[in-house]
Amino acid sequence: MAEISKEQVKHVANLARLAITEEEAEMFTDHLRSIITYAEQLNELDTEGVEPTTHVLDLKNVMRKDEPKEWITQEEALKNAPDKQAAYFRVPSILE
Amino acid sequence: MSLFNHSIKELEEKLQKKEINATDLVDTAFARIHDVEEDVKAFITLDEENARNYAKQLDAATDKTEKLFGIPGGIKDNIVTKGLRTTCASQFLRNFNDPLYDATVVQKLNNEKMITVGKLNMDEFAMGSSTENSSYAKTRNPWNTDFVPGGSSGGSAAAVAAGEVLFSLGSDTGGSIRQPASFCGVVGLKPTYGRVSRFGLVAFASSLDQIGPVTRTVEDNARILEVISGHDKMDATSANIDVPLYTDSLTGDVKGLKIAVPKEYLGEGVNPEVKESILQALKKYESLGATWEEVSLPHSKYAVAAYYLLSSSEASANLARFDGVRYGIRSEKAKDMLEMFKLSRSEGFGDEVKRRIMLGTFALSSGYYDAYYKKAQKVRTLIKQDFDNIFKTYDVVMGPTNPTTAFRIGERIDDPLTMYANDILTIPVNLAGVPGISIPSGFSQEGLPIGLQIIGKHFDEATVYRAAHAFEQATDFHKKQPQLGGAK
Repeated sequence: MAEISKEQVKHVANLARLAITEEEAEMFTDHLRSIITYAEQLNELDTEGVEPTTHVLDLKNVMRKDEPKEWITQEEALKNAPDKQAAYFRVPSILE
Repeated sequence: MSLFNHSIKELEEKLQKKEINATDLVDTAFARIHDVEEDVKAFITLDEENARNYAKQLDAATDKTEKLFGIPGGIKDNIVTKGLRTTCASQFLRNFNDPLYDATVVQKLNNEKMITVGKLNMDEFAMGSSTENSSYAKTRNPWNTDFVPGGSSGGSAAAVAAGEVLFSLGSDTGGSIRQPASFCGVVGLKPTYGRVSRFGLVAFASSLDQIGPVTRTVEDNARILEVISGHDKMDATSANIDVPLYTDSLTGDVKGLKIAVPKEYLGEGVNPEVKESILQALKKYESLGATWEEVSLPHSKYAVAAYYLLSSSEASANLARFDGVRYGIRSEKAKDMLEMFKLSRSEGFGDEVKRRIMLGTFALSSGYYDAYYKKAQKVRTLIKQDFDNIFKTYDVVMGPTNPTTAFRIGERIDDPLTMYANDILTIPVNLAGVPGISIPSGFSQEGLPIGLQIIGKHFDEATVYRAAHAFEQATDFHKKQPQLGGAK
């Protein structure tokens, strides 16, 4: 049984690209601990040999031809961006 | 009496006979909205000017034969609408004012000339069961405004119950259409997974999400589903299966219908008033010539745990798209790229969304994937098999939609697990991918609605509707309306 620690919660927050305060880390540790403890009940079930379900319909890969077509213009694609310059999305510098 | 006390079919006849026009219908919607919206708060965004202009345009048209001609409806705010702000009730998307396209369901409704009145409130990114997780407002239950409308499609259910619109669209990942329909005394259907295109639905858990209609009557519901269903090349998971005329299945005849009632659905935790209402409903079905037997869905008690692992895992991946680059907000405090991601997401998302993203990230992370995510997928198989077994013998499964009636605003918001457990009767349906409807089956002593859930086989919405309609026609629950803002 996994006891999730505050350090693990901070690690997970970083992986999920969320900035959390010390106080939030404590709150989320409490919540995640109780949810994960609750989820441990799944271990009561023997699932040896049971196939996992990723999708309920009996769907195989759906293929189509890769053909170019009109969708949105460059101008439209940039319309809702928080920052842009010329024909590009603008972001803070990546390099020091 | 409001025009909205008529069915869409009756309004169509009135329109054809020129007794009313589209402008009358839009006037009815906005008169009611101006009357009650302050109490109900069902909408995040209203689109009054465009709706009124569009009604005038429709009234000038010569051909008025479309299936939803001039009918005012509302759209849950996680379904994109071209040029109309779409927020998912999140601060992250508060400035997403100009979506580039309409969701396929919206295109289909527009082809039938419906009028969009506005965008409906919800739990942020559809994560919640009370609409209290909206970052805009708390929607209130029209039957008693101290109570929640349910969620996550709380705005969709409340707007229909309050008579602000004739119908709405919601989305259902673990009960988000059926549970609020039950709490608000209206009809809400989650279609079979794959029945309705998800293109343009902001994804929460892609293997579970489905869009469906919320209406006052079963007939209206079937009519909307006819319009929005069908294969869509923009959604590879939409099924290439013919769409029947669901309204043709509303025969009123349920003689010989075989109903299964899982003992887990009337067991511990189900409120006695709710249980009594469902037993009375089953008696009604008997009197109509149907038969019912007790069965077991032995794995249903594991559904909540499996669901929260699976849906949160899928959400953690789906919500990675909110990065502060292409749309939505960007934190002004960000000095570099990594900070831009982290601070924008932290400022834009509420606690419930963060909680689920972290739960999902944890369940998918190295060392825990097999123990949590894969285990939950295997349990999903067992839950699906439970339904497969029952449907070998029975036509439909029935039980309550929710173990209780609506709860008070604020009562459960600080206790995520209790809030999650509330969805125990709706979640198995999503995990199995089968269709389910909630229809009014009575009222508690407090005057709050109770919902009967009817679950069908994959792609057998026709039988679900037939069963729902027969009960509705034999009872008067759907005729009762909440007393908001005085008599209507």
